[in-house]
Amino acid sequence: MRHEGKCVRESEGCGLCCTKIENLGVKIGENTILRDVNLHVHCGEFTVIIGPNGAGKTTLLKAILGEVKHTGRLMFMQGSGIRKERPVIGYVPQHLNLDPTSPTSVLDLYAVSRTRYPVWLHIPRKVEQRAKECLAMAKADHLLYKRLGSLSGGELQRVLLSLALDPVPELLLLDEPVSGIDQNGLEMFYELLSDIRRNYDLSIIMVSHDLELASHHADRMVLLNGTVLASGTPQEVMESESFRKVFGVR
Amino acid sequence: MTAMELWYRIVDLLPFEWAEPGKMLFMKNALLAVLLLAPIFGILGTMIVNRQMAFFSDALGHGAFTGIVIGGLAGFMQPLWSAVIFSIVFAAGISVVHYRTRMSSDTIIGVFSSIAVAAGIFLATVGGNSFTRLNSYLVGSILSITPSEIAIIAVILVVIIVYWLVFFNRLMFASINDVLARSRGVRTFWLETLFSVVIAVLVTVSMSWIGLLVINSFLVLPAAAARNISRNQREYHRLAVLISLVSGVSGLILSYYTETASGATIVLITAAIYFATLFMRRLRA
Repeated sequence: MRHEGKCVRESEGCGLCCTKIENLGVKIGENTILRDVNLHVHCGEFTVIIGPNGAGKTTLLKAILGEVKHTGRLMFMQGSGIRKERPVIGYVPQHLNLDPTSPTSVLDLYAVSRTRYPVWLHIPRKVEQRAKECLAMAKADHLLYKRLGSLSGGELQRVLLSLALDPVPELLLLDEPVSGIDQNGLEMFYELLSDIRRNYDLSIIMVSHDLELASHHADRMVLLNGTVLASGTPQEVMESESFRKVFGVR
Repeated sequence: MTAMELWYRIVDLLPFEWAEPGKMLFMKNALLAVLLLAPIFGILGTMIVNRQMAFFSDALGHGAFTGIVIGGLAGFMQPLWSAVIFSIVFAAGISVVHYRTRMSSDTIIGVFSSIAVAAGIFLATVGGNSFTRLNSYLVGSILSITPSEIAIIAVILVVIIVYWLVFFNRLMFASINDVLARSRGVRTFWLETLFSVVIAVLVTVSMSWIGLLVINSFLVLPAAAARNISRNQREYHRLAVLISLVSGVSGLILSYYTETASGATIVLITAAIYFATLFMRRLRA
């Protein structure tokens, strides 16, 4: 695919780039949300974070985003081994703070986040074209003129994913909604992520609520509950003692 | 020929008794003022409704009122400027407290708002003073507007349009999801505080013309009405400005014949349009 926009990055991969999290801790007021979190995520790897409610999964994403104060170290290495202060991070939030009747179309969202053309006045054709190409990356181009409030959970998630991929980030963070997405939509979404990880060679960290799909598609799984209880291939994690304790399976 | 003379020439063409040449200049001034104010309120109101800030902008009016009382007490010739400063501090104060404490904005706004009103009334009546001299700020009078004040409104309109051209996208992005916006380098706190300050200044400056009691409706109602039947931000803005203009002009003219306060008359017409669009939305759905 070749076009003018920034949707497609120059084809070379970043080889050994990675995200390192060392001894990360987060305290909010008196409460320790996370402690001693150690994670190492390579490019081209799809890592899912699982854990019970209140395990600190979303907080971990927010710490990586720089939204909450944390102790410990966060390091982003480029392919050449050079440290990078701030990588390009794509973020897919759980939901939008938008009331369902809001007169905001998918195109509006794309244009306010990606351009300086005042969206209330006019959106140029070329921006529209770029938005369409960008949405196509997540099979969402047919939703261009729909209102955000009228999208289904799965459709919205694909729209947000395509936005997070423009420009292609070095690290993609996803906070999956707990509910509201039908099974078909979920499966499609996980397949999409697998493709993206292969095609763009980026690191993906996703907070997941669907163990089965996550174990099917992810390269690595991290069981989090205040700290990392288990990490490895999905199979390793799901067979671990900690997994059994947390999820109560025999 | 000055701009005002040109304006009078144009209005003289209208088929109303007050529009006859040389008569009722106050009505013609007011009409021009409404034509300039309506787009300002229509445009900014869209974001007030987007961000669910209706209660917040209401509180800003209360802060501005206190500012005017303080300015009057301190013996300024123009209490307006002290009021502008006071309400900027007030608006920034709410933003900072909200940001720092992460408390429900509803509660914080309620607290600030009631303190402002109480302090305003307290200071206005201190030493047995009568409150009545401040009534004009409560009800407002667009008919008392002077040509130099109209010039100020024209300047504000231009400033607001430029502001909106530059800042709208980022402000809108922040209102859709602030974490997402920040991850894309948008400095949401400053943008939001600036927006609060802009609203604070607007509300303060126009309070004596529109009236504290109805000024918030000028911000909220046109946008709320437009929202019912818009599918994207362009339609939303065009309709909000159009509704604001139509109700502003027709409300002002109607108030001449019903001999009612023009601010309230305009608001009632906007409210009627709101219910009409709500009905249209129902029909569509």
